[in-house]
Amino acid sequence: MDRAKGTSAAMATLRARLGELVGRPWLWPIVALALILLVDSVVSPGFFSISIVQGRLFGSTIDVLYRGTPTALVALGMAVVIGTKGIDLSVGAVIAIVGAVMTNLIHRDMAPPLVLALTLGTGLLCGLWNGFLVAILDIQPIIATLILMVAGRGIALLIDEGLIVTFRSDFFSAISTGEFLTVPSRILVAAGTFLALWLLLRRTALGLFIESVGGNAAAADLAGINAKLVKIGAYMLSGLCSGIAGVLICGDIRGSDSNNAGLFIELDAILAVVIGGGSLAGGRFFLGLSVVGVLIIQGLTTSILVSGLPPEYNMVVKGAVVLIVLLLQSRRMRGSILGVFGRRRA
Amino acid sequence: MPEASIPRVELRGISKIFPAVRALDNVDFRLNAGEVHALLGENGAGKSTLIKIMTGALRRDAGEIRIDGRPVEIGSTAEARALGISTVYQELNLIPTLSVVKNLTLERQPQRYGLISWRKAGERARERLKRLNLDIDVERPLASFSIAIQQLIAIARALEEDTRVLVLDEPTASLDARETELLFQIIRDLKAHGIAILFITHFIDQVYQIADRISVLRNGQLVGTAPTPDLPRLKLISLMLGRELGETGPLRRAATGEAAAEPVLTTEGLGRRRYMAPFDLALRAGEVVGLAGLLGSGRTETAKLIFGAVRPDSGRVRIDGKPASLRSPRQSIGHGIGFCPEDRKAEGLIPQLTVRENIILALQTRRGWLRQLSHDEQERLAAEMIKALGIATPDAEKPVDELSGGNQQKVILARWLVSKPRVLILDEPTRGIDVGAHAEIVALIRHLCDQGLALLVASSELDEIVAVSDRVAVLRDRKKVGEIVGDEVSRDNIIRTIAGG
Repeated sequence: MDRAKGTSAAMATLRARLGELVGRPWLWPIVALALILLVDSVVSPGFFSISIVQGRLFGSTIDVLYRGTPTALVALGMAVVIGTKGIDLSVGAVIAIVGAVMTNLIHRDMAPPLVLALTLGTGLLCGLWNGFLVAILDIQPIIATLILMVAGRGIALLIDEGLIVTFRSDFFSAISTGEFLTVPSRILVAAGTFLALWLLLRRTALGLFIESVGGNAAAADLAGINAKLVKIGAYMLSGLCSGIAGVLICGDIRGSDSNNAGLFIELDAILAVVIGGGSLAGGRFFLGLSVVGVLIIQGLTTSILVSGLPPEYNMVVKGAVVLIVLLLQSRRMRGSILGVFGRRRA
Repeated sequence: MPEASIPRVELRGISKIFPAVRALDNVDFRLNAGEVHALLGENGAGKSTLIKIMTGALRRDAGEIRIDGRPVEIGSTAEARALGISTVYQELNLIPTLSVVKNLTLERQPQRYGLISWRKAGERARERLKRLNLDIDVERPLASFSIAIQQLIAIARALEEDTRVLVLDEPTASLDARETELLFQIIRDLKAHGIAILFITHFIDQVYQIADRISVLRNGQLVGTAPTPDLPRLKLISLMLGRELGETGPLRRAATGEAAAEPVLTTEGLGRRRYMAPFDLALRAGEVVGLAGLLGSGRTETAKLIFGAVRPDSGRVRIDGKPASLRSPRQSIGHGIGFCPEDRKAEGLIPQLTVRENIILALQTRRGWLRQLSHDEQERLAAEMIKALGIATPDAEKPVDELSGGNQQKVILARWLVSKPRVLILDEPTRGIDVGAHAEIVALIRHLCDQGLALLVASSELDEIVAVSDRVAVLRDRKKVGEIVGDEVSRDNIIRTIAGG
């Protein structure tokens, strides 16, 4: 009798613990990533092995990180914008503009650090434009950023005079495709951006203000937050992140391809943020989990490639995995998962 | 209209029960042809339930409805309309971007060969407006007209050829005096045509201008019906608030006699057109000023104007005697003013954030985004407030929308307390809070005041106002109509002032 009581009490504790764990926002994205990596390692033995080839880290996991970097950068900015209950569709177009500006400046024989500064400044300027439309003119974010999404590639083509312009620059090649102490430099660039953003948003009150504006704009206003300024800042951060991604992408192909640079990257970035637990209803953003979201998407792509399935499967499988992760994140769905545990016990 | 004749609409023994609430309890109500009948009551008295039952939006649980003496069933709004009952709701059910013609013919467009004939629709719209003596360009979008004209267009839409009963739910809420008079002329005209008009309002003055009879609801019961001349203001307000004059309330604390101190904040002719008439008010350290008045009298409006949540268009504010610009909440917070809004869901809580984050928000905004409170400091403040206010939460990291209503209210209160304001404005601080917490919050207000805070407390509960206030500003119809000081603060005196005695 007593033992039965003890067992049921232990079960209840276990169930409570489980419930708490299941409710954690970080659980499901990380479980999903672990599963994908597990499948990869089964399908492709040696998936986790990392070696140093020609002074550079080499291996499938490094490849996932390397390829995911531009999307991860864009997703970081997207997470912040989504936190304000907004969205930024223009990120791909910003990459194209930034690439065209960068290429143009390189051809003017400007000093590379100055080119970099002006290029990133262009990204910030694009963000300022979006922020102005959303916060000052009060245009819905999806429409406001659609304007630059549509016009941006046109602007980039005008700068490029309709051509794919190439360049040679050791500086930008080193940033994009080089390595530093065996680590691919673009991974370091992304890590540095992540750290800087985390410090800016989580080691000041800016992150709290962004989430307040996204969670309840009227209440944030009454609590004394300047919602307009916060929104403009968020779009500028997104513009800056897209700018950094643009530098990496153009440095990689050593040229500006305004029609294709960053094409559809906004979709993967939005997906990554949502997989990482960010809600389009605003009010919360997770920088780390958004990166996990990118790794899930990139990991899937790699899995399909190494498994020998035709790449056409990529899109379909991606869709399915996203759906599953999102379902697991819904409160109601989690409730019914717990319900199954409960019934089994009874 | 003689009582003996058959009423146009008669409700007999109407009851409506919602889960856990008896919204209407055995209500008998008569509405005669050719009369303007005002229906009054405070929040939750049952006014809207009664209207909804009359107009078919809700089903009654018991009782009988008769129209011209015949029992009827009103199962839907369409059935109500077929019986000649038309309603104009408080929130206009019109589409601002569409033209007047389209708004007026939204449900039934005249057709020709199966297609809409806009020529005929225009004629029909102009006809309808002519009945209200309104001659406007019907092709213009609705939003291009003033709110008063929009209100008249809404009435024009509700009025059918066979309308015999017109229900107007707070039609004058956003109208100024001149526009209200325009509306009243039309109401008088409709009345002369034999239409029975049920007029719901919070403005006592308007009741005496337009109504032939008055009915008062309180807590789901009809507590009185009388011809307007037989129901003086004082009696009407006593009926609404449910007290006879002379009843004793809880004892007030002794007046502190510190009223002579220099005020922290004074307003001079602060006001906004269509919102709140200009008022003067002084708030002193260590003093609680109550804002009393009926629903819609301007309590929240007064609070929001002072805090800068709504921009005043006249008057100014002085802080410590010096003119101060309080044109936004940010500026007010910078001057050490806090404001706990009445509608905490819409204007207070950030639902996704934790209890801790909600509590430190105003203090953090006051410090600016660069000077983040350390996590330890945040936890300490949150823990302190959770303990001090008895906020029932397992820990400070719970999302605030998972708390009960009363605890959410305490979280908002905590937000302002940790920001250490000099002036704190509380709008309905005990709304939706259980009895135990209610007493705690009243005690807390007194305690804050003893610590030298200047408090402005708006409340619909007279007992609460009387219990906490050193001074009471009395409001009626969006005007400050009087101030009661010290020992004079009593329920009777407040009611008399509201009534304009």
